[in-house]
Amino acid sequence: MSDRAVPVGGPIVTPAFRWLMLVFGVGVVMAGWRFIAGLGPVTALSDGYPWGIWIAFDVVVGTALGCGGYSMAILVYIFNKGKYHPLVRPAVLTSALGYSLAAVAIVIDVGRYWNIWKLPFAWRWWNLSSALLEVALCVMAYVIVLWLEMSPVFLEKWKDGPPGLLRNLARSVSPILDRALLWIIALGLLLPTMHQSSLGSVMLLAHNKLHPLWHTPLLPLLFLVSCIAMGYGVVVLESTLSSRAFKRKDETPMLASLGGVTSGLLFAYVIIRLVDLAGRGRLGLVFTSGWLSFWFLVELALFLTPAVMLLNARTRSRTGSLFRIGMLVVLAGSLYRFVTYLIAFNPGPGWSYFPAVPEMLVTFGIVAFEIMVYIILVKRFPILAGARQGAGAH
Amino acid sequence: MQRSQPGAVSSTPDYSPGVDRRDFIKICCMAAAAVGLPPAAGLKMAEAVAKGLKPSVIWLHFQECTGCTETLLRTSHPGVAELILDLISLDYSETLLAAAGKQAEEALHAAMHAHEGKFVCVVEGAIPLKDGGIYCQIGGRTAKAIMEEVGGKAGAIIAIGSCASWGGIPSADPNPTGAVGAPAVLPGKTVVTIPGCPANPYNLLGTVLQYATFGTLPALDSKGRPLTSYARVIHEDCPRRPHFDAGRFVRQFGDEGHRLGWCLYQMGCKGPATHANCSLQHFGEVPGAWPIGIGHPCFGCTEQTLAFRAPLHATVGIDRPTPPDTYPPIHPERGGVSAVATGVAGLVGGALIGAGLMASKKLGEGPSPQKEE
Repeated sequence: MSDRAVPVGGPIVTPAFRWLMLVFGVGVVMAGWRFIAGLGPVTALSDGYPWGIWIAFDVVVGTALGCGGYSMAILVYIFNKGKYHPLVRPAVLTSALGYSLAAVAIVIDVGRYWNIWKLPFAWRWWNLSSALLEVALCVMAYVIVLWLEMSPVFLEKWKDGPPGLLRNLARSVSPILDRALLWIIALGLLLPTMHQSSLGSVMLLAHNKLHPLWHTPLLPLLFLVSCIAMGYGVVVLESTLSSRAFKRKDETPMLASLGGVTSGLLFAYVIIRLVDLAGRGRLGLVFTSGWLSFWFLVELALFLTPAVMLLNARTRSRTGSLFRIGMLVVLAGSLYRFVTYLIAFNPGPGWSYFPAVPEMLVTFGIVAFEIMVYIILVKRFPILAGARQGAGAH
Repeated sequence: MQRSQPGAVSSTPDYSPGVDRRDFIKICCMAAAAVGLPPAAGLKMAEAVAKGLKPSVIWLHFQECTGCTETLLRTSHPGVAELILDLISLDYSETLLAAAGKQAEEALHAAMHAHEGKFVCVVEGAIPLKDGGIYCQIGGRTAKAIMEEVGGKAGAIIAIGSCASWGGIPSADPNPTGAVGAPAVLPGKTVVTIPGCPANPYNLLGTVLQYATFGTLPALDSKGRPLTSYARVIHEDCPRRPHFDAGRFVRQFGDEGHRLGWCLYQMGCKGPATHANCSLQHFGEVPGAWPIGIGHPCFGCTEQTLAFRAPLHATVGIDRPTPPDTYPPIHPERGGVSAVATGVAGLVGGALIGAGLMASKKLGEGPSPQKEE
């Protein structure tokens, strides 16, 4: 059965991997500098923009990119579409990596990072009206849940591995985990629903600092709808790239059949967005907001184009155009988040923000690390379905 | 709380307009704020007072100048003196008592027995202990004896002013009468001290009303002072603090700096060592009515180690002469856009999009997905 997940195999350190190591190394040095010198000298952050790309990209966009696992889990476990099951493991892996590194990014970004670990235990002092508290708790819990969802992958390998501590552990934990997995998956569906919408609520609280084209009571809903769509986009990209890189069976037909749902989500997003603006008499702002009008139209175009492209059965069944669609969906959701968190956010006259080079290098390092871990794990553990053993020479 | 009724015939000319409901609630909230309670507590206090649940207060005077009482009565806001007397049921006060002699003594005993264990005993003035305490006697009894009897039956004891708190001016060297504060006479009892020369009436009012409304006393420091009013030193909230931080000091009374309202530290201001809320809660509801506000150095009246001991123009030591670097700047940097950063971002962004497009093109050219199985 080619659907069974197997390790790809092959050497880990390839030329491409060396490049990633270099980018990661630079990122580590820059992050180290941040911990020695503080946020001031390393970043372009200010009192007006206390968060920059580490939050807007690494956390807000990063966790939305990590919604592949969420999207696939909705499809497979809630709508019971078992045929997509082969997509779940790699999707959950990207999610686990995306969320874990978003957590790392928060630790780098937060001024008093040494207090973070206290958060889950300081329940007595929780501010229950805080959207960020919810995000923090949900993300912490979800990182654990995602790795638990991933754990069968490791246990499967260790169970049949050489005798030793790992094998004994795997054999004793597996039966317990099998029974608990149902609940873990349920939790894994609830948590992103909560915090992805809360990431919208955070900007809802920004009120008049956020441009009226983006500020709406529907922010949480828009963040939720777009993150699920992005999840599919990421699955398309990840599956296509890995199938080429590791020379395994193309999953295009399976991915193409997801197109209908994704298209529906994208259209839903656009309709909600426009109806909301019209209903509150803000449509005129679409053309009168200067640069922000441009960004709004780009965002709209980025959501509409893949939605329309996906309607065509021929377009979506071709690997190349499907890949392009995936890119557009991911870009659309990312841009929406980026604009909402940074570009359309104006803390007052005189403030400006553009990420400093060290800030960007840290982000690149984090992304590089994510790809490195992905490569290592798929080569050594049973994650990808239908891989040809020993094909991972790239 | 009496308000002159329009059209009502009044037998005496009405000099006092009374206090309307709005002002009454305001004063209660101010008193609540003075002891660190939320405005809602002020409302509760106002309600309690309106219901007639006024705390019974017995006010004892010993070795002192009556300045604290005067401050209380001379609050400049119209009607506040009456108001203060409306908020509390002042059952015995030598300054305000109409009665004299035996009659006055009877009033004291009646009040003490009627509200035993519940009344608030306010002490004003120091208590002499030397030679058996003979230097201050009322009705043939020493201050010490009166204090011990009334204090023993009180529900709460509040020492108002520096004299009652730790001896004040009567205890200044060479302290001929052996004057001490109320806490020294009542060892083992909780005595709330509200030092100051004079003490700010709001600190007293808040404490009394908190006790009357909630039955609790504010949290106290090691010297019995409410933390709500005495936790910080004057220096921390001083309106002249920016001059201190900037190094602008008055060198001589009447010099240019003095006229411009610079820092009085070098003139002997004890603000950096004096715990009190004077810099936030001025006197007599007149903004700026406090020593530093009128251009005189703080003389440390709330501190036993400073007032009437440290020379008036000697400077005190300071823990942290300059604010720590962790204080946010007043004009923070507002950020900018570096050309290198935009360049890097553009290159990487462009490269990513380009790579994506190339990849998608290659994929499109590649073999159509082969079917296995």
